[in-house]
Amino acid sequence: MAYVAIADQEHELHDPHSFVTKYIWSQDHKVIAIQYSVTAIVMGLFGMGLSMLMRLQLAYPDTFSFITPNAYYQHVTMHGMIMVIYLLTALFLGGFGNYLIPLMCGARDMVFPFMNMLSYWMYLLSVFLLMTSYFVPGGPTGAGWTLYPPQSILPGTPGFDWGIIMMLASLAVFIIAFTMGGLNYITTVLQARCRGMTLMRMPLSVWGIFVATIVGLLAFPALFVSAVMVGLDRLVGTSFFMPAILSAGQNLDYQGGSPLLFQHLFWFFGHPEVYIVALPVFGIVSDLLSCHARKNIFGYRMMVWAIVAIAALSFVVWAHHMFVSGMNPYFGFFFATTTLIIAIPTAIKVYNWVLTLWRGNIRYTVPMLFAIGFIFTFTNGGLTGLFLGNVTVDLPLSDTYFVVAHFHMVMGVSPVLVLFGAVYHWFPKITGKMFNENLARWHFWLTLLGTYAVYLPMHYIGILGVPRRYYATLGASFIPDSVQTVNVNITIAALTVAAAQSLFFINVIWSLMKGKPAGSNPWNATTLEWQTPDTPPKHGNWGPKLPEVYRWAYDYSVPGHSQDFIPQNEPPSSHSATASEHGRH
Amino acid sequence: MALAVVIVLLVIATVIFHFASPWWFTPLASNWGTVDNTVNITFWVTGTVFILVNFFLAYVVIKYRYRKDNQALYEPENKKLEGWLTGITAVGVAAMLAPGLFVWAKFVDVPDDAAEVEAVGQQWSWSFRYPGKDGVFGRVDPSLFSVDNLFGMSPDDPHGQDDILVEGNEVHLPVNKPVKFLLRSKDVLHNFAVAPFRAKMDLVPGMITYLWLTPTQTGSFDILCEELCGMAHFAMRGIVTVEEENEFQTWLAGQPTFAQVAASPKADAVTGQATFAVCAACHGVNGEGNQALNAPKTAGGEGWYLKRQLHSFKHGLRGVNEKDIYGMQMAPFAATLADDAAINNLVAYIEGLPNNPVQQTVTGDIERGRNLYANCGACHGMDGKGLWSQNAPRLAGVNDWYLIRQLQNFKQGVRGGQAGDGHGKQMVLMSVMLPSEQDMNDVVAYINTL
Repeated sequence: MAYVAIADQEHELHDPHSFVTKYIWSQDHKVIAIQYSVTAIVMGLFGMGLSMLMRLQLAYPDTFSFITPNAYYQHVTMHGMIMVIYLLTALFLGGFGNYLIPLMCGARDMVFPFMNMLSYWMYLLSVFLLMTSYFVPGGPTGAGWTLYPPQSILPGTPGFDWGIIMMLASLAVFIIAFTMGGLNYITTVLQARCRGMTLMRMPLSVWGIFVATIVGLLAFPALFVSAVMVGLDRLVGTSFFMPAILSAGQNLDYQGGSPLLFQHLFWFFGHPEVYIVALPVFGIVSDLLSCHARKNIFGYRMMVWAIVAIAALSFVVWAHHMFVSGMNPYFGFFFATTTLIIAIPTAIKVYNWVLTLWRGNIRYTVPMLFAIGFIFTFTNGGLTGLFLGNVTVDLPLSDTYFVVAHFHMVMGVSPVLVLFGAVYHWFPKITGKMFNENLARWHFWLTLLGTYAVYLPMHYIGILGVPRRYYATLGASFIPDSVQTVNVNITIAALTVAAAQSLFFINVIWSLMKGKPAGSNPWNATTLEWQTPDTPPKHGNWGPKLPEVYRWAYDYSVPGHSQDFIPQNEPPSSHSATASEHGRH
Repeated sequence: MALAVVIVLLVIATVIFHFASPWWFTPLASNWGTVDNTVNITFWVTGTVFILVNFFLAYVVIKYRYRKDNQALYEPENKKLEGWLTGITAVGVAAMLAPGLFVWAKFVDVPDDAAEVEAVGQQWSWSFRYPGKDGVFGRVDPSLFSVDNLFGMSPDDPHGQDDILVEGNEVHLPVNKPVKFLLRSKDVLHNFAVAPFRAKMDLVPGMITYLWLTPTQTGSFDILCEELCGMAHFAMRGIVTVEEENEFQTWLAGQPTFAQVAASPKADAVTGQATFAVCAACHGVNGEGNQALNAPKTAGGEGWYLKRQLHSFKHGLRGVNEKDIYGMQMAPFAATLADDAAINNLVAYIEGLPNNPVQQTVTGDIERGRNLYANCGACHGMDGKGLWSQNAPRLAGVNDWYLIRQLQNFKQGVRGGQAGDGHGKQMVLMSVMLPSEQDMNDVVAYINTL
């Protein structure tokens, strides 16, 4: 088979020798994964800080003179973009994708290690460009993370002159970084799997990351071209998105462009982007649930096809973000229908997660707590998606706090719970140390309960009609004072959640210094990354000989077997035929 | 164990919150009760799924917790179960989707007898246009927009002459008559949303969008912009007043047509000079202002702004709040101006007065003020000279003590709190950004440098 030639090369082309090549200009996928993750988490902390400023303003308007309307909208914009792109996309693909794909597929590294390294450094450059916008005249753009023109490039919006340019440049560089990484992930999955690792034996983590990467490679170009076109409209005076309009009473030199065209391009990227984040999350949480429930994932093939179906459908639902955008309202029929159809494969995934736990032997380890917490929050956030995806139901709820609550439950809290669950799950492999169990449990409970206290009430003030993206809501006769009270409560809950995240960082630092040695496979997991000869895995991952795979990734509690798990690379001879046969369906 | 208990408690708490929450839809004021019905159907379907899935999850979490001698079931798939679950989900989805699509079919199908009203959005205010007797809107063109033609109306289009133009953020509708709102933006994206109507739609520059509804309740409702449109997005407010047909007709008859606006008589500064003799007692012979008498400088003021303020004093939008001592002094004088012609003549005279610098009395941190002013400048101009297109007067060259007092008035709702004062209300909202006296001093100290 073709892939063996790549995976089995005996000499290593990029063996690191010095500190610099080992940890800085590293081409090792594991080091790059950690570089990606650390950078993304630093960005996430910054984004969380911005959200705290927003919460302070909403709870205590008329208090903080440093949060002006301009500043508030800059916080809104930067918070959204950082969390979606620079935290979640970068972390799940650049971080977990990089770490897990070669190890779970039984490869020594990514197929193009040098390009993999470039991908990280381009990502870092994009982060640098983004942060530069705090130092240009006018500060960062405050156009909202959707960056809708004409507003994003006209006076009246903060950062309309320089901030928006920095944002667009940063996004363009990010997309280049993503493309270099993404080509690597796909090629590695397709070409560098070890002997016996058929596609239908791959762990769902790899499936999720693999399909999300394909979605990303198809969706990001739409954002790239729209970024370039907005940049041209702003700098050169083209009119891609700009009709003949006034700005502060002046006639501008634009003519004939369409603001709606931008929205279509943006959401053609923007909706698949939701699944670029969600699919790796779906995959990873499946593996956490199966491993810690000591039970095979329920309906593996259905899970794979659900991932593929969701990915395909994600390209034909984008205009549900535009039901009240002024586009031809007849589109509403089509996009409401496609959007609600996507609920079916998504619901199947939820059922199969719960059915994986059903009749299992569930260990309530920290990763399992986060995984079950995810099922709860994702069910909640997924169900509110059925409101917003259905065009008529969206009508009163669109642009209100209901939307904010929905997408934070489904795309904020849920992925972040899996993110932490995954970090706790793989921490022993990445560092060789166990984390502090008590701190991690406190971290879980405060995060789950705190975030629910933040977002549950938001749905209801959204139903009342309180609009999102408002610096202050006073002066509207239909908004009672109780909304201000609930805003204070939400802010207190949000500050608690933010403070609770320090437990995670304390835990990481404490465990790196004082954690107990983890051993190579503390969770008794079946997948290949737990079967490496060294923990943490050394450069090249597998020592002299690549692993060979004989079974699927979910041989837990196989009847007639003394242990409750069988590693993927354990030969079939010593076990009953039923178990090993299963991997060949 | 704790996890199962918490999941059950969270579900129960959610259900209790749902029914006990004081926050729910505003009372319906339009024909779109069917929209509420689809929301309610969706709540029942999704609520049932939410409870079932999570209760089952909690049950599984307790029942199948780890025990040393237990072994998990080895069951890779169960096609029958998966098939059933898929089928039931599809039915549930269809039950939500079908009514939604039926209602949407009504929403996109405007009744033939719907009256047309145009809502015009701009950063950050609303104006409205009725087609007049001929029932046809006149042509508009962004290039015709000027201080004398705020709607950009084409003077050559006969259909436009009888168009009724409504400035100042408030629109009226007759109850129980279907109305089609045509939505037009002068500058960026906006959104026309009235919560009790359950309908909303974006305004997109370069095209006309629409929505329709039949108001079923009389009263005044807030119009909110719900598409981020820049710094003062949150302050872009309007009012829609629904009233009985005869009241509506009376109100409409009081609004000017385009022909009337275009034909306003030429102002006579000489007549205005005679009127100004009264003003000069407090405001000074050259309109230079007099702090001891609390009379601000009027010289250098923009004509359109002076007219609007005299109008506001005359018609009870300013100088009626009892805390507004100096405004209440002004109101009776404005009342002596007989009509619009008298106001125009007076303003024409004031416009000719010499615009001399004012004495500065306020000190503050100019650098801090500069940062704060970046927000103010979006309407008042970064140079502080005012922008008529944004309904924002000059700030540079105005008495600084007057600016401070007005900021305090806005903040306390003493100014801008009167119904009908849409522009004042915007400043009430904006003043939230200046929490303390120091903030006001800083921003005014910066304005002094402009």
